[in-house]
Parts: sequence; C-alpha cells; structure tokens
Amino acid sequence: MSQSVLDVRDVQKSFGAVTAAQDISVSVPEGAVYSLIGTNGAGKTTFVNMVTGYIKPDSGSITFGGRNITGLAPRQITRLGIHRSFQIAQLCNELTVEENMLVAGAIHASGRPSFLRSAHDARARERAVATLERFRIAEHRHRLIPELSGGVKKLLDIAMAMAGDTKVMLLDEPTSGVAADEKFPIMDLVIEALRAEGVTVIFVEHDMDIVTRYSERVLAFYDGRIIADDAPDEVLSDADVRRYVTGAPA
Amino acid sequence: MMRSNLLLSAFGAFAVLAAGSVILPDWAMFLFAMALAKGLVCLGIVGMMRGGLVSFGQGLYYCLGAYTATLVAGSFGVSDIFLLTLLSAGVCLLVGAAFGPLLANYRGIFFAMLSLALSMVLYGSLSKMSFIGGTDGLNIAAPTFLGWAPEGRPLQTALYIYVTALVVIAGTLMRIFFDSEQGLITLATRDNELRVEYLGASVRNVMSYTYVFGAVLGGIGGTIAVLALGHVDPEFAFWTTSGEFVFVAILAGYLSVPAVFVAAIILEMVRSFSNLYFPNTWQLALGIFLLAVIVMLPNGLGSLVRRRKEDAT
Amino acid sequence: MDLVATILVDGLIYAGWLFIVSVGLTLVFGVLNILNIAHGSLYAIGAYASASLVGLYFAAGGDAVPWGSYAALILAAVLVALVLGPLLERGLLRFFYGRDEVLNVLVTYAVFLILEDVMKLIWGVNPYFVYEPYTLLGDVEIGPLFYVGYDFAVIGAAIVVGLAVWLTLNRTKIGKIVLAVIHDSEMSETMGVNVPRIYLGAFMAGAFLAALGGALTAPMISVTPGLGVNVIIVAFAVVIIGGLGSVPGAAIGAVMVGISRAASVHLVPEAELFIIYFVMAIVLLFRPEGLFAKTQARKI
Repeated sequence: MSQSVLDVRDVQKSFGAVTAAQDISVSVPEGAVYSLIGTNGAGKTTFVNMVTGYIKPDSGSITFGGRNITGLAPRQITRLGIHRSFQIAQLCNELTVEENMLVAGAIHASGRPSFLRSAHDARARERAVATLERFRIAEHRHRLIPELSGGVKKLLDIAMAMAGDTKVMLLDEPTSGVAADEKFPIMDLVIEALRAEGVTVIFVEHDMDIVTRYSERVLAFYDGRIIADDAPDEVLSDADVRRYVTGAPA
Repeated sequence: MMRSNLLLSAFGAFAVLAAGSVILPDWAMFLFAMALAKGLVCLGIVGMMRGGLVSFGQGLYYCLGAYTATLVAGSFGVSDIFLLTLLSAGVCLLVGAAFGPLLANYRGIFFAMLSLALSMVLYGSLSKMSFIGGTDGLNIAAPTFLGWAPEGRPLQTALYIYVTALVVIAGTLMRIFFDSEQGLITLATRDNELRVEYLGASVRNVMSYTYVFGAVLGGIGGTIAVLALGHVDPEFAFWTTSGEFVFVAILAGYLSVPAVFVAAIILEMVRSFSNLYFPNTWQLALGIFLLAVIVMLPNGLGSLVRRRKEDAT
Repeated sequence: MDLVATILVDGLIYAGWLFIVSVGLTLVFGVLNILNIAHGSLYAIGAYASASLVGLYFAAGGDAVPWGSYAALILAAVLVALVLGPLLERGLLRFFYGRDEVLNVLVTYAVFLILEDVMKLIWGVNPYFVYEPYTLLGDVEIGPLFYVGYDFAVIGAAIVVGLAVWLTLNRTKIGKIVLAVIHDSEMSETMGVNVPRIYLGAFMAGAFLAALGGALTAPMISVTPGLGVNVIIVAFAVVIIGGLGSVPGAAIGAVMVGISRAASVHLVPEAELFIIYFVMAIVLLFRPEGLFAKTQARKI
C-alpha cells in the first residue's frame, strides 16, 4: 500500500446544536480515488470545507504530506496543492471562459503574480487554451459564463482548480446540475485527466452508479460520522449504509 | 492592448493634451489643470472599482497630499514641484500602506463608510488645528520647476504641461496594471472573491494594493490642485469633495482609463458653466446627471468605447 | 464629579437627538436595504418646514396658545413624510431594489444633491429663526448647572420614538410583518405579504423620523442651507456602530457617540469633530458589521 498523502484524525465540528463532524478519521493514499456518499446534511461538504480551510475544525488534526494544515486559510492550503471544485461552480461571471482560465494561470503560472507582465500575452493564452482543450471546453472560450450549460461550467470550475500544481483534488458533487446524459462523459473526462497527472481525488457524489464506476474506496457519512469506509461493493451492501444512505432494500 | 500600441497612444494623448497649452485661454487651462488633477484622484477610485470597492473617502489623500505640499513648502521653503509631488506621494503611500490592510477586510458599504469616516477624521482634526489655519486653511506659493520660477501665463502653462505629463504617465501605468496578472486577479476579485481565494491568491492583498495606488494618486492630485489654486483648506477632505470624486469614477466606469479624465473634465465644465448661469441649481443639475448616468450608463462612459467581449478577442 | 455629571447630561441630550435622526435611517436600511444619504435632506427639509409652519402659526395669532407650536413642529414632519415619502420611494427608489448596495448609496446621493438645491429654491439662502418653542419650557436646574428645558424634551422625544418603534415592530401585527420582510422579503411575498406597501410604509416612517429630527432641532438653531450635510454623516456613524438595520443598535450607538462627544468637548475640545468617527472605527475594528448586526457565513 502506498503512503497516505492526506490524514484526517479525530476531527470534530459542530454548529450550535448541530454536529457536522464527529470523530472523523480518514487517511487517503497518494493517487487514490475516493468518494464520499451520504444524505444531505450528513457531513460530506463539511468534510471538504474543513480539508480546504473554509471552516476550521473544533478539534482534531488534518495533515497533508506530513505537514499539519489544520486551520490554515483556503489560499494557503491551495498553495500547498490541495485544490477543490464547488457544488455550484464558482466562476467569474463577467469574464469569458478564457479569461477565467487566465485568472487561474495568472495566480499559478509564475509563482508571484506580476503588476507589469500582461495576463493576456501569447504564452499565457496558449497555456489557458491548452488546459481548456484538455477538458474539451476550448470551443466555448470566448463566451461569457452565464451563457454556458451546467456541464461546461462544472468542467471550467475543475479546469481552473487544475491550473496549479495539484496534488489532491476534492470535487464537491461534480455531476450536480449536469444533464443526465452528460454525467458519465464528464466524469470520464475529469477522472482521466486527474489520473493522468497522478492527482489524488476525493469526490462527493449522490449517484451510486458513478460512485461504483469511478471510486476505489467509499466513505459513507451519516449524521456527521463515517459509518462505512471500504471498497464500493462492500460499502453499498452494508446494512447501515442501505438503511441510512442509499435507501436500497436490504 | 499591445505594449507598443499603448506607448503610441500615450504619446498621442500627451501631444493632444499638451497642444492645449497653446490653444486654450487662461481660464480654460486652469479648468483643465484642476480637472486633470482631480482626475488623478478619481483614477485611484477606478482602480479600486476594478476590485469591486468604492471609496467614499478619497478626499483623505487629496487633502493629505495638498497639506503635505503646503506645509513642506511653508516650513522648509521647498518650492520645486517635482520634490513636492514626490514628498506628498510618499506621505500618502505610507498612510495608505498603514490603512490599506485594515480597510481591505471590509466590503461594500462598510468599506465605503469606513473610508469616508477616515477622511472625516482628517477634516475634523484639520478644522480644529488653528496653528495650521484651522477652517481657513493655508496658502502656498507658486511652484518652481527645477530652479525655473515662471510667473503669469508661463506658470499656468508649465503647471498644465506638468499635470498633463503626470496624467499620461499615471494613466499608462494604470492601463499596464489593468492588463497585468495582478490586474486580472483584481478584476476576478470584483466578480468572485471565493474563487480567487481558492485559486491561492490573497484577496486582502489585492484590495490593499489598489488602495495604496489610490492613496498615492490622491496625494499627487491634491498636490497639483493646491498648487493650481494657491490655497488649501479642510474642505479638501470633506465628504462632499469625496462624493464628487466618486461621481467622476461612476461616470467614467471601470473599463477605460481615458474615460476617467474625460469624465473629470465634463464635471469641471458642468460646474463652471452652472456656477456662471445657475449658481443656485448646480447641485440639482449634478444630481439629475448622476441619476441619468446610473440608469443609462451603468458601466460608465468607458463602456461606450470598450466592450467587454471585444476586450477578450 | 460635576464634570462627570455635565458630560453625562450633555451626552444624553446629544444622544437623544442622534437617536431620533438615526433610527429612521437604520429602519429604512433594514427593510429596503438602502443606505439613504437623502435622509440628511429629509432632516433639513423637516427643519425648514417646521420653521415655516411655526412662523405661520405665530403670524396667525398663535401667541395666545404658544403650546400649539409643538403641534406645528410635528405636523411639519408629518407633511414632509406624506409628500416626499411616496415621491421618493414610489417615484425612484423602488426601481433600484436588489441592486448593488453601493450603487444605491449613489442613487440617494443624487437625491441628496437635488434636494439641497430644491431647498434653496423654496426657502432661499437666508436663515430662519423660530426660537419660541425653545424657550417655552423654561430652564431646568441640575446642581449648579442650568439647562434649557427643551433640551430635556428632546431626550423625552427620543425615548418616546424609541419605544414607539420598538413596540410597533415587536408587539403589533404590522410590526411582525415588517420583521418578516426584513428577514426575507421574497419568502414574505409568497406568504401573501404586500411587500411594496411595507417598503413604502417603512420609507415614510423613516422620512417622518428624519423630518421630526429636523423639526425638533429647528427651534434650537438657525435653519440655513447645508444643514443636512453634517447630520447624515453623524447618523451614518451611529447606525454603523449599532449594526445596520438594528433599532436597539441605533440606541446604543447614539448613546456611545453622544457621551464620547460630550466627553471630548469638555476634556479634549480639539477632538470634538473626529471623536465620532474614531469611535466608529474602533467598533468596526472589533465588530466588522457593527454591534448588533447578524453575521452569516456564506454556504458553498
């Protein structure tokens, strides 16, 4: 078994009376593809938000590559190589697809963004278009965000997160808001692109067909706890998971 | 825009503006010099607007720059315009760098009102400081230019050329900034801060940078204004002064740099003509004008020449 | 000891006045989400209108019943609210609901500029004096100090206004509806609330309170152009300290600003003008959204 890249130990988080995370412990090996399942409010997004710094755990620790990242700000965690996508794609609506990609390039390409170097020069554009092509959305590059379909927005969201030196990618419901017939093509594209670069992937998903097809290991969340942590087939046939998560007959 | 094109248009703009020193009558040259000086202040606001912030307190730096120049000139007998400009800009840079990171935590009306409060603190303090003139303010002697001490029309002309040069330099640098990596990140921040943070950039830094640029530009604008007027008083920091700067910034919009100076000149012209013909209704005219701009040109004059989509191709 | 008492009394008098001029501003922001710079103009128009009405009252033989001039003050504020409230809200502001907050500040700034000149057109540029209501209540002696009774009446008016606003919001059906609209106007609309009417009502109430502030102040000062310019900035500071949209916040903010200003007047007179903003900056440093604002994290 390869070395774990992300270690979450005994993490707790509550919002007032609501427990969003209770004794969460996970360790993710480098290059693995994990999925998180569970009903709404079970604690999946809270998990993603804690790992990426949007909310700070009440207690417990999160280590990445041996370094304690508990409580760091999102941009610091991003700089270390943990990137994420969002349930609702977070894009700059007043900019075009290519400009959105150029923003990501401006931040990542040169270490320290410059006040003088043009963000639109030929090299920057080439790089932006190359990433867009990798995610097969280059044809939309001159369109504004509100004109795009849900699937293209999701892909752009992920493509932007991939502009840096990504080591771990957390995808928060990559197929929500995507037309049914686009779901598998999009997942094929994304997982293939991420795997090609050896990125460790953790994705939140409601569709069990996608979970079984793309993930090596599944974490089932219920009421802020992880109730199952195993290979997809094992987790999906687990009695508790059937009762609390998938609702499938036992 | 390509760099060479940018330099070409900068030289072109300077040539056209500088030609004004030959053609314009005295009163118009004074009006243009004042408009361009205030335009520099407004350019700073436009820089912040690129990041989504509007400062209602740019009078702070306008006033600070003007007082710095006046006090330095009065106390140390410095009259060289280059030195005065540099010193004012330096003081505003320091003050801006102190307040910038604090204000950068605030957004929307909180940022607007806090910046306004800071300018009112300066206004209130200066009004009470009788040893530097209190509400009456101070006078400043005519500037010299590297030892040359012109008077009358030559002085006017020199001041006008000087502000023109500053406008072209500041405008060019601002355009370079707008098009730069940091500039694009600023524009993205206006749109979606969360995205920018999750790409690994610091929104707070972005806001601080634009704030400090605005402070320096405000100080330079104030220095030119006080040298053109020969007098400064605490009204430079009063909120209605800042309100006019915001007016110009809104009229110009955040898309185009030249639009800022066009807007500033329009405002000064409307003001002086109204003062002449309708002295009691000029604010009324200004108010209606402002409403019309907000309704009909929400992205300002700049949107007439620079459409976002064309920008991209 | 005397100094402390003086500062407290002066501070409370100023706080009373501040509360009356700020509570309407915070109410309008709470409901309409518009920070109204023209609130200062409404204050000034209230002052002018009351100066005119009180003047008319005494010209028409009001000397016989001088107390009637108080009715004239209040009537002036009511008239301002009835005329300008619907004109501004229905005629202009409603087209900007849901737009950017800063943009809306500019819209009301435009209204402020327009009204400044409209006042000059109606009332000219010469000062108006109506001292009669100010002297009617005689003097009040507190220890060795004398105060004008009218000043205390302003504190009384502030308490009445505060209680009235609080009771209306918390103890009446219409108040509960207003609170629902503040909380979520879209949801209220689907529940059958006539939201535009609530907006209009809230704006008129705000306009009335602004004008009332001006009307009550008119007897204490000379009413001249530019009256609203300073008031609005002080009122901003008060509502921002208290938390935008919070009525108790406006009360606390008014007392904080009132006392600090009084302290500064007596202890460090040079700081009088900036102490207000200093207090505001300190509060915002520790509570970025003011004392009573509810903060909510964005869900992602």
